[in-house]
Amino acid sequence: MAERNMIGAINGTLDQLLAEDARVMVFGEDVGKNGGVFRATEHLQERHGDDRVFDTPLAESGILGMAIGMAVGGLKPIAEIQFMGFLYPGLDQLMSHAGRMAARTQGQVNVPLVVRVPFGGGIRAPEQHADSIEAVLVHTPGLKVVVPSTPYDAKGLLTAALDDPDPVVVMEPIRLYRLGRQEVPEERYTVPIGSARVARPGKHLTVITWGNMVAVALDAARALAEQGEADIEVLDLRSLYPLDREAIGESVNKTGRAVVLHEAPMTGGLGGEVVAAIQETAFWSLRAPVERVTGPDVPYPPYAWEDFYLPNRERLVEAVRRTLKD
Amino acid sequence: MSESWPVVEVLSGGASDVPPEVQRRLYEDMILLRTFDERAINLQRQGRIGTFPPSLGQEASEIGSAHALRRSDWVVPSYRDHGALMVHGLPLSNVVLFAMGRTPSLSSALKALPTSIPIATHLPHAVGLAVAAQKLGTDDLAMAYFGDGGTSEGDFHEALNFAGVYKAPVIFFCQNNGWAISVPRARQTASETLAQKAVAYGIAGRRVDGNDVLAVYQVVGEAAARARRGEGPTLIESLTYRLGPHTTADDPSRYRPADEYQDWKESRDPIQRMGGYLMAHGLLTAEDNQAIRQAAQDRIQAEVEAAEALAPVEPGGMFQYVFRQPPGDFATQQRRIEEAVSRG
Repeated sequence: MAERNMIGAINGTLDQLLAEDARVMVFGEDVGKNGGVFRATEHLQERHGDDRVFDTPLAESGILGMAIGMAVGGLKPIAEIQFMGFLYPGLDQLMSHAGRMAARTQGQVNVPLVVRVPFGGGIRAPEQHADSIEAVLVHTPGLKVVVPSTPYDAKGLLTAALDDPDPVVVMEPIRLYRLGRQEVPEERYTVPIGSARVARPGKHLTVITWGNMVAVALDAARALAEQGEADIEVLDLRSLYPLDREAIGESVNKTGRAVVLHEAPMTGGLGGEVVAAIQETAFWSLRAPVERVTGPDVPYPPYAWEDFYLPNRERLVEAVRRTLKD
Repeated sequence: MSESWPVVEVLSGGASDVPPEVQRRLYEDMILLRTFDERAINLQRQGRIGTFPPSLGQEASEIGSAHALRRSDWVVPSYRDHGALMVHGLPLSNVVLFAMGRTPSLSSALKALPTSIPIATHLPHAVGLAVAAQKLGTDDLAMAYFGDGGTSEGDFHEALNFAGVYKAPVIFFCQNNGWAISVPRARQTASETLAQKAVAYGIAGRRVDGNDVLAVYQVVGEAAARARRGEGPTLIESLTYRLGPHTTADDPSRYRPADEYQDWKESRDPIQRMGGYLMAHGLLTAEDNQAIRQAAQDRIQAEVEAAEALAPVEPGGMFQYVFRQPPGDFATQQRRIEEAVSRG
């Protein structure tokens, strides 16, 4: 078993999926010769040919619209959108068509489409390269949305997304692409869509989060444990739709306290849905109000402000302390 | 510019080399479509169906284009293309059900996507279907239907651009019917023709008299042959006219010049033109005409009865197909609605 970082795991998985099924196609802006701006598709065109790994014109609605047609036409498209901040023209295709094709045709036409989208901040990227709009996607009926935070899950969720008969958006946390390595099995496996993961078991409080923020939560939990202050459970949702409400309920029923952490803006963010899930599944176990630690309701700022914008260990620790005090 | 884009016509010339039985079939299907649209407008007025977009006046474009395809080709329609779908094999009862707000499905075993309600967002789907046919090694093609207003959308540009780059076997069949609801063609683009836009994408462009069913059949057939030979996409501008309202909810007298309408209705009606042509060539009699219209009415009556005979929908129908494997929440959400209904 090889140790890989997340980008390596994604690259290896795409390679494996292309090799095992001739219907799999990988495409997007700069994914061919350049291997993708993050190198997720490096060497794939050399290995599988430019008929199956190819560049598209620079147009996100065109990419996703074509991908819908390819999926209906019998292929298994894996489309890359270069950054989540550039997904907006493509949202029309996801909202107007991909998410409702199966319903509109009463199950006679389904769209087995995979969309990979790097998202989130923390790497001093230029403006509009760090957005997180998972709430918009989750609020779009008919789409599944997954977010790995480890190399292992990156492979398992991408493989599960390809096997899924419905459209799946795989949000890839940019800052975790090269942060840390993990053993990733060579053989094919899937991580089931719709199941959360306890990233760190704990007794006193649950931090519920996803993507880049899992690293922040684990860091805070370690610090609080080292100082003997609290034993924090970190629940990595991994799937944002469907949401693993049972895992949320199970964890908060055990700890009695929760903080929800995400980097997207607060108002209308997915954190609100998670808080609703908590009070639906664990209301009578709660010993303190649930807090949210999120990005503020401002456009993702130029990177001079990035450290103020992004939730960090200190802000999370403060929220945890307030929640534990009650 | 328009001199470089001649409008192909057939009916004004001599005898066509399209086989007589095909000519007859084109004519019969145009009458079927018009009879259906007239009946659908009546059904809407009686409150038996909802809002309906008739294709009155566009029968030659609808019927001629679809007859030039094979059943293994993909039809990618907009909301006014039930005529093309009918030719491709869609039961008219499905069109009635659609207008009853029921099954949005227009597909069945058909190689067709459901009608696209937003404008031109389905054009990239046709490119994707064509790319799939190309990569799977078939010589099938995809044909997208849209109107003059659709050429203003970004997805028109993206689809034609992608199709050109990939030399995809796709036909972009644009019915220029003069109006996008109340906005005339001249307010959509300063281009003198719509067909000339093909030049910018490095693809073929054609203009055809969209009220001449033999010309439409011929031009689409040529574009299909090019696509199957691997010579890439074609943009076809089919010049026609919407004689009816945009939908039954629209009143064209608010915006449409009466003389323009009268001119198209009286001297350019696609059914009258084809009927006159067939009679002149000894392929149709007045008795035939009567029989064709009666057969159309009988068939439509049966289709309407079939649609109206179906039991009312159940709440579960809106949950059932969204995902192959519905998420856990669906059961709860559905049960709450069903409980409220049963308490009703």
